[in-house]
Amino acid sequence: MSAPVQMPRRTFLQLTGVSAAGLVLGFDALGSLAHADTATFEPSGFIRIDGDGATTLWVTKVEMGQGINTALPMILAEELDADWKRVGIRYAKYDPKRYGSMDTGGSYAVRGSWNPLRKAGAAARAMLVAAAAKRWSVEPGTCRTEAGAVIHDASRRRLGYGDLVADASALPVPKEPVLKDAKDYRLLNRSTPRFDIPGKTDGSARYSLDFRIEGLLFAAIERCPTHGGKLAKFDAARALALPGVKHVVPLERGVAVVATDTWTAMQARRALQVTWDHGSHAQLDSATIAAQFKAAARQEGVRHRSTGDFAAAQARSEHKLEADYHVPYVAHAPMEPQNATAHVSGDRCRLWAPVQLPSWAVPEVAKAIGVPAENIDLVIPLVGGAFGRRLFHDYAIEAALVSKAIQAPVQVVWAREDDMRGGFYRPASLHRMSAGVSAGRLTAFRHRVVAPSISLQLLPEEVKNGVDENISDGLTDWPYAVADYRAEHVQSDPGISVLWFRSVWSSQNPFGSEGFMDECAAAAGADPLAFRLELLQDKPRHAAVLRFVAEKAGWGRKLPKGRGMGLAVHASFGSYAAMVAEVSAENGVPRVHRAVIALDCGQVVNPDTVRAQLEGAVVFGLSAALDCEFTFANGATVEGNFDGHRILRLPDVPVIEAHVLSSSEKPGGVGEPGVPVVAPAVANALFAATGKRWRRMPFSRGPA
Amino acid sequence: MPSYSLKVNGATLAVEAAAEMPLLWVLRDKLGMTGTKYGCGQSLCGACTVHVDGEAVRACQLPVGELGARAVTTIEGLSADRSHPVQKAWIEAQVPQCGYCQSGQIMSAAALLAKKPHATDAEIDEAMAGNLCRCGTYVRIRQAIRNAANAGAR
Repeated sequence: MSAPVQMPRRTFLQLTGVSAAGLVLGFDALGSLAHADTATFEPSGFIRIDGDGATTLWVTKVEMGQGINTALPMILAEELDADWKRVGIRYAKYDPKRYGSMDTGGSYAVRGSWNPLRKAGAAARAMLVAAAAKRWSVEPGTCRTEAGAVIHDASRRRLGYGDLVADASALPVPKEPVLKDAKDYRLLNRSTPRFDIPGKTDGSARYSLDFRIEGLLFAAIERCPTHGGKLAKFDAARALALPGVKHVVPLERGVAVVATDTWTAMQARRALQVTWDHGSHAQLDSATIAAQFKAAARQEGVRHRSTGDFAAAQARSEHKLEADYHVPYVAHAPMEPQNATAHVSGDRCRLWAPVQLPSWAVPEVAKAIGVPAENIDLVIPLVGGAFGRRLFHDYAIEAALVSKAIQAPVQVVWAREDDMRGGFYRPASLHRMSAGVSAGRLTAFRHRVVAPSISLQLLPEEVKNGVDENISDGLTDWPYAVADYRAEHVQSDPGISVLWFRSVWSSQNPFGSEGFMDECAAAAGADPLAFRLELLQDKPRHAAVLRFVAEKAGWGRKLPKGRGMGLAVHASFGSYAAMVAEVSAENGVPRVHRAVIALDCGQVVNPDTVRAQLEGAVVFGLSAALDCEFTFANGATVEGNFDGHRILRLPDVPVIEAHVLSSSEKPGGVGEPGVPVVAPAVANALFAATGKRWRRMPFSRGPA
Repeated sequence: MPSYSLKVNGATLAVEAAAEMPLLWVLRDKLGMTGTKYGCGQSLCGACTVHVDGEAVRACQLPVGELGARAVTTIEGLSADRSHPVQKAWIEAQVPQCGYCQSGQIMSAAALLAKKPHATDAEIDEAMAGNLCRCGTYVRIRQAIRNAANAGAR
């Protein structure tokens, strides 16, 4: 493998913590570690065992905080029966031919890797067993493996994997190796410390923004403030006159200033004199957007699911309910601002960028600079948070374009304000909910989503007949047994660029449906838990996780005056989540005191990581529910930094009790499924506490 | 361009920089010490927290020309081997997710415990309110600081 970065081995070892933890942790891109042994066993792109038994497992998905750098190796090591104490990891350089898809998103890393990694581990183990059996002249079936060794009990012989690397390398890789029974797992479903954490406590973890190379320049980009606007003309004389400024490069929607350091580039950017073509959205503001959604909500939408006859069933119902739920635009705002480093030299481009979907980013970058995709040499360093924002790669294209123009390595750094105002938000939406209730039972239910389709903006060819299947989350799979049900989408796009956000449509559709379920329960005179369970009789996993949190939270117990409890359940990304929130609202200001959340994600890999993801999901969901809203005026985003984008701070964080329900079902997603239940559980708890409905996020603006 | 002699992590380092350049960018772009992070540039997120004469300071708001002879400690200098009680508590509680904000979180927590080894929950809330974490690791941050405070008490 090539080593595009030359770094002294001592520095590499210091940075990667070999001496401290006895573990190898590094990037392929940093070059191979030196080996004392010539013989190694590499039965696949994922595994290498050295002659001394040291086992290296490759992480082939993007680590953005979700802990796959440990979860994926655990899957390999389980089937391999590796000695975990001798396992080290390396992050794979982008090489889909060698590793398969390295795209990371949709809470799919474990789910998508589950079978390939188990097979890779089991195949390697079978080869090591075959090598030992041959050497001992015994049947492979009489051997077993444990902690990096093959053991023949009958003759009390034992060979470490390291002793077998040469023999095993000569054997064919079995196509369909035998996989373990879950009952025999030694490593999976046991909390295992993450490989990446020590380096994240001493400053040695290296993110894309920390990438340094000889001669690296830094770029800041002055951007058109209006959405959809572009560069008309500019005068760079004053910027170029500043010390440290090297180049100015015009782009379609902005002007890049390249300097010897980030701060100089950021300062010089302000010295540019730019005239913008503000485009067709120059008058756009939040009131216009709200009015547009409200008008669109009167239309019938594109049908996503329809069973029975909603309209007739509602007409027959004793109580007819209708309510609108509102979700604002919100920025992902990962703590590491958008950035990328590119070095274009002739027709080749070396790229270091925090992209989640390299299979999309690489050809797009190649197209932008006019080179073949195979000429892009990409490394994806540790990612400082993603939440969906790194699914798009605009910053990588910018770095490549600027580097192409100056033929030097350049790091494009977005200021926080660029990230907040520069586009890509969770879509705003209006959920027009309608239902019928008769004799204490839910008789009809309709969910009409009014929102801009993400797919229509970014991947229009994926949308057939106007049906954006992406929006169906929580609509087509709405779990309650109601015969007359209808879900539809009304496309309404104000023109603000939107992008998948942690939990995507499940981050908002269940706010409407689970909030409204409580309104239906109230109309039926029923307890919200009992009302749901009655309709979930053929959905055992929904019902079980909901019962679990209700019991843990003490559902129905008497609360202090002014407090209320609310709950919600939702399945997404192959997993089942439920939450109970306990809240109060003094003087109309909501405060969450306790959140009890549980996730049934099938087979669990690393339980502590799942708990961490649930804790994070509650905080992420609470930020969006309580205080986050992006507004627009004169075609531009108003909120520019963390004073306007008020995400939760430590004193605001409630008691969070996160529970992981393990099962023998196949693995489900972990990163996203916790978020959807947070907002509706809190909204329902606020109703219980105040008697008022909270149908508009963020709740800090009061009930509505 | 003025030159400065900075005391960083016990070493004296010579650097040439504009007087107004914030310490954050001197550390990251001039000295190659990238453990201190850029998050907001406005003292709103705490990702750039370092110690200046033992006080937690946002490096994005401190012009290098105003630093003088004061001693700077960054995350790289908190300990040589992750042995600082806060680092140990962080690893024990498995705090970081993406990890990007954690240098700042750790530096804020270390400054707090240096002054108040037995910090109360209210003192933890106050000291940590300026450090944002988008992954939402706050529950573990709080627990890790409590654990470090208790370890200090023993």
